[in-house]
Amino acid sequence: MNQIVSTWPMVFMLIIVFSGFLCLYRIARGPTAPDRTVAIDILGTLLVGICAIVTWISGKGYYMYIGISWALLSFIGTIALAKYLEGSNFDE
Amino acid sequence: MNETFGTVLIAIGVLFDLFGCIGLVRLPDVYNRLQAATKCVTLGTCMILIGLFFIMGIGSAGIRALLCAVFILLTSPVAAHALARAAHRSGIKLWEGSVVDKYIEVDKQR
Repeated sequence: MNQIVSTWPMVFMLIIVFSGFLCLYRIARGPTAPDRTVAIDILGTLLVGICAIVTWISGKGYYMYIGISWALLSFIGTIALAKYLEGSNFDE
Repeated sequence: MNETFGTVLIAIGVLFDLFGCIGLVRLPDVYNRLQAATKCVTLGTCMILIGLFFIMGIGSAGIRALLCAVFILLTSPVAAHALARAAHRSGIKLWEGSVVDKYIEVDKQR
């Protein structure tokens, strides 16, 4: 167990969490609505990476289910927000 | 399978993620932020997932990581393209240092 939980996965996870805080800064500060939508999309992709590193630390395979479903929901949410910002119908 | 090679791949992917998010904070315009952050974070997350495949081997977790990498490679450029189109159509101005805007010319021809 001490061999699996070594120092490298924790370092990688801290770097990704720091990147997530940069995205949160852009969400809070961004001057227009598309800036915030871009930052939300990037944050969703970063969370898939966090799920991958949690899989590496714990050794359990089912955390990747969370990653796959999170990627799917992030894609659908980004497309819906883009269509809403564009101001058009969904069947164009 | 090969843990050292997988760790190196994950380290490169994490650095790509960090540089993409620094570009998301530093660049001046929504289009510049989009083209910096989307490409870097897509490649970085895909390299993290492929590194996880090399660490875990051909099992349930590794195959799921490969599936997730293929899915992100397919969907993230589509979402970025839709966001750029939505931002341009909702009237976001370009940065004043930008040189060319082809999309206005295409809209005028319609």
